[in-house]
Amino acid sequence: MPTAVPHGVGLDPAATNMALLVVLLPFVAFVLLAVVVPLRRRGQAAGAVSIAAIAVAFLAALFSWFVWKGDAHVQTWAWIPADEGPTATVGVLLDPLSNAMLVLVTLVSLLVQIYSLAYLRDERAPSLGRYYTYQSLFAFSMLGLVLSPSFIQMFVFWELVGLCSYLLIGYWYERPSAARAAVKAFWITKLGDLGFVIGIVMLWAATGTFEFHALFALAQEHALAIEGLGTIMLLIYLGAVGKSAQFPLHVWLPDAMEGPAPVSALIHAATMVTAGVFMVTRAQPLFVLVPDVLVLIGWVGAFTALLAATLACVESDIKRVLAYSTVSQLGYMMAAVGAGAPDAGFLHLLTHGLFKALLFLGAGAVIHAVGTNDIFRMGGLFRAMPQTGVVFIVGTLALAGLPPLAGFFSKEAVLAGVWDSGMTWPFLMLALTVLLTAFYMFRVVFLTFFGRVPATGHPHEPSWTMRGPLWVLAALTVLVGIRLAAGSVGGRHGPGWLAPLSVAAALGGIALAWAAYQRGAVDPGRLAATFPLSVIDVLARRRYGLDGLYAGLYRGFILGLSRLIGWIDRYLVDGVLNFVSALTLRGGDLLRRIQSGHAQDYVYGVAFGVLLLLVWSQWWAR
Amino acid sequence: MSLNAYLTLAALVFAIGLFGVLTRRNAIGILLGIELMLNAVNINLVAFARFHGDLRGLVFTLFTIAITVAEVAVGLAIVIVIFRVRRTVEADRLDLLRG
Repeated sequence: MPTAVPHGVGLDPAATNMALLVVLLPFVAFVLLAVVVPLRRRGQAAGAVSIAAIAVAFLAALFSWFVWKGDAHVQTWAWIPADEGPTATVGVLLDPLSNAMLVLVTLVSLLVQIYSLAYLRDERAPSLGRYYTYQSLFAFSMLGLVLSPSFIQMFVFWELVGLCSYLLIGYWYERPSAARAAVKAFWITKLGDLGFVIGIVMLWAATGTFEFHALFALAQEHALAIEGLGTIMLLIYLGAVGKSAQFPLHVWLPDAMEGPAPVSALIHAATMVTAGVFMVTRAQPLFVLVPDVLVLIGWVGAFTALLAATLACVESDIKRVLAYSTVSQLGYMMAAVGAGAPDAGFLHLLTHGLFKALLFLGAGAVIHAVGTNDIFRMGGLFRAMPQTGVVFIVGTLALAGLPPLAGFFSKEAVLAGVWDSGMTWPFLMLALTVLLTAFYMFRVVFLTFFGRVPATGHPHEPSWTMRGPLWVLAALTVLVGIRLAAGSVGGRHGPGWLAPLSVAAALGGIALAWAAYQRGAVDPGRLAATFPLSVIDVLARRRYGLDGLYAGLYRGFILGLSRLIGWIDRYLVDGVLNFVSALTLRGGDLLRRIQSGHAQDYVYGVAFGVLLLLVWSQWWAR
Repeated sequence: MSLNAYLTLAALVFAIGLFGVLTRRNAIGILLGIELMLNAVNINLVAFARFHGDLRGLVFTLFTIAITVAEVAVGLAIVIVIFRVRRTVEADRLDLLRG
């Protein structure tokens, strides 16, 4: 039975049914692939099923976007029934926020799945089927997450996307590094999820509801003056810190690059890692009640952006550069949300989803062609694969924030939002990051596509299955940028000097990268050795000791605890059991000797017993 | 003769029988000891029947005698079978049930 509709929200069955269709199609594909084993083991056929489902879902999402762009519709069904209304519900909440995410998720999923057909062509068929099964499950989970009308449903899907991330990072599980990276990603995000679930339950204990609309209504009526709301929101934010790779839990994302490149494009750039930003944006009416937490979110976001950018400058693995850049851009989004400009953060989420997926898929094409991830062993690829080069440069320009590409406007909106909120230091960090972003991205471009050509390998343009998605994403990056430039979609503009400043910073970064890696005018090694940079260089090359710190904590604390518990189990728990069993054995051994087998001995016993009873009854029992 | 005299006799016979059961090595001797103990009971029953003027004690005695005969028959049969199998009826060597 559908439950009551909250105030201020429409219930259009057509809208919610369309949203349900979008979310259930990948689920059907997943169940089909999971249950029908022969289909899954056929590989390409499994891919076709998955792609067909996500393609229809994409069309439905697009339809829903054009028809119900502006309004909010919700429909819920009781999940955990109780006397006074259901304790928890499941349902769909279709509003502009989730509608935009639906389009982004289905679009990138569709393109990535098509791209994967060619990228993973050499996989064994059962492996490929497994890949598409996971992909369908991921699409379902991510769509369920963005449509969640309540914290509890969001948490369930939150964990599901975490599971898919784990499964897909560890897709090549026979590689020890991939298996380790999968476990690392799982562990570290779980650390944040722990805070998330505790926060949700505390919020529920205080208010008695998981529903967003009920909570927002309470917030609007100023009825949410709960004691410890700051702690609750901080715990909920912790979930986003893990999922969206914010400092200090960002260390899992670069390692997650062990997965195939399309997986990195979809999960670790465009969709799943942005779930944290999405969640904080969704729960914005609650976060504004605790300004201190918002300020913290802003500072952490800006610091993450700067930190990850410095890490990206010294990385030599093309995918890891992109991963650190993702962490950095997630920092931008979080900073905007923390500065009270969630619309700017969300806009950046959408545009970043497009051009970062493009960059990852482009990097995948490059890796596919040259067979290495190391940018210092690439070079001159522009001549061999001009189309990939062009789309990669489009993505890079968008990421660097140059007009009229999509990234410029959303980054501009983020910077304006942060400046308007008066957070000067985070703003300066973000502005410096603009320069670094342009520098490290063009470092990759110059080293990969231009410069000296290495002796080995015969790079070639990839097949159309791979080039098609690249061109679609590149076209969208340009088109969305032009549309944003036309001002048809709302954005922030900030003070007049902002746009020239950020463009100048980006151009400065590009010029520096050109001088250092293309022209050779500046020796990067000597540049890194000058005083203030040398410290950062040394620290960044050691990843600020964070990975080591976590590894040390893991080894020292968790393994130490395991060893302690192992000792307790082996020597205390087992000891008691062994003692009891030894006692029983020894006792039985002693008692055994009473049974002599001579009938006369037993008669002695009986006679002696009777005698004792007689004596007892005569003298003591009176 | 008082009742106590009969009871004392019965107790003596019972004790002798029990002694025989506990100490005899030969299985047949043990059976004889059991016979003595049962007959001590019979003496008790007859004595009480006489002194209480209750005939039920005599009837019980007849039953006991009959059952004793059956018991001896079964017991001797077992002893014979044991002898056939083990070539001995020494109680000390019949300890198959030792733990």
